[in-house]
Amino acid sequence: MPILTRWFVKSAFVYFFAALAVALILALQTPLHLAPAIGSLMPVYIHLFMVGWVAQFIFGVVYWMFPKYSKDKPRGSDGLGWATYVLINVGLILRAIGEPLNAQQAQSIWGGLLAISSILQWLGGMAFVANTWRRVK
Amino acid sequence: MPHLTHWFIRSALVDLALGFTFGALMLFNKGVLVSVWIWRLLPLHVELVLLGWTVQLTMGVAFWILPRFGLSRGNERVAWVAFVLINAGVWIVGIGPTLGAPAFITVIGRLAEAGSAVAFAVHAWPRVRPLGA
Repeated sequence: MPILTRWFVKSAFVYFFAALAVALILALQTPLHLAPAIGSLMPVYIHLFMVGWVAQFIFGVVYWMFPKYSKDKPRGSDGLGWATYVLINVGLILRAIGEPLNAQQAQSIWGGLLAISSILQWLGGMAFVANTWRRVK
Repeated sequence: MPHLTHWFIRSALVDLALGFTFGALMLFNKGVLVSVWIWRLLPLHVELVLLGWTVQLTMGVAFWILPRFGLSRGNERVAWVAFVLINAGVWIVGIGPTLGAPAFITVIGRLAEAGSAVAFAVHAWPRVRPLGA
């Protein structure tokens, strides 16, 4: 298993736990009368789960198992692979921080954090598509 | 990879790229308001990443790696039907609400998606068996 796959898959497990921890907090909101602002964590939960866990696990396995691009570059561009990992993770962490803060104070500096997060995650997704496309054969 | 797997996976990658693009637009818009209209992309974003990307990738890989019958993958025609229906369903369900189409359009899209699930199950069910059986 290549080192990048190990990073993808182990990070995915961390997000799996983090997503379910956020889901637990959301579930405790009503019985413990937590602040209504807790509800702003719903999109964080969904994206920690779907991007951090599901997509990232898939990215790692695809990078490992899909047909080799060539003898010299069996996994395509290592640079694009690592770019995917870094951009997705930095973007997702910025979102997890920025989303609840932006809900408290919309269109502030925290909004800028979400904008940066959106660009980083988008670039990460495009890097994955570009590197994987050539290995579908 | 078989021909149909190319179609499933390349289509899944296109849907991932579009789903990430629409998602990024909405997240950017949440932080720095550009237009309230961008929120109408939400149903399309959800369909593209959940069914267009995740489910279609799963179908493509399953078609590729599930046990075969010698050289045959069984009823391939019904798997192609699943491919066509899932793509039709994703776009009908995704675009309908975005463009303000009547509710029955979404129903048609959901029927296509459900039909895809049935078609793929019909294809894959006999292939789910012990190796060598």
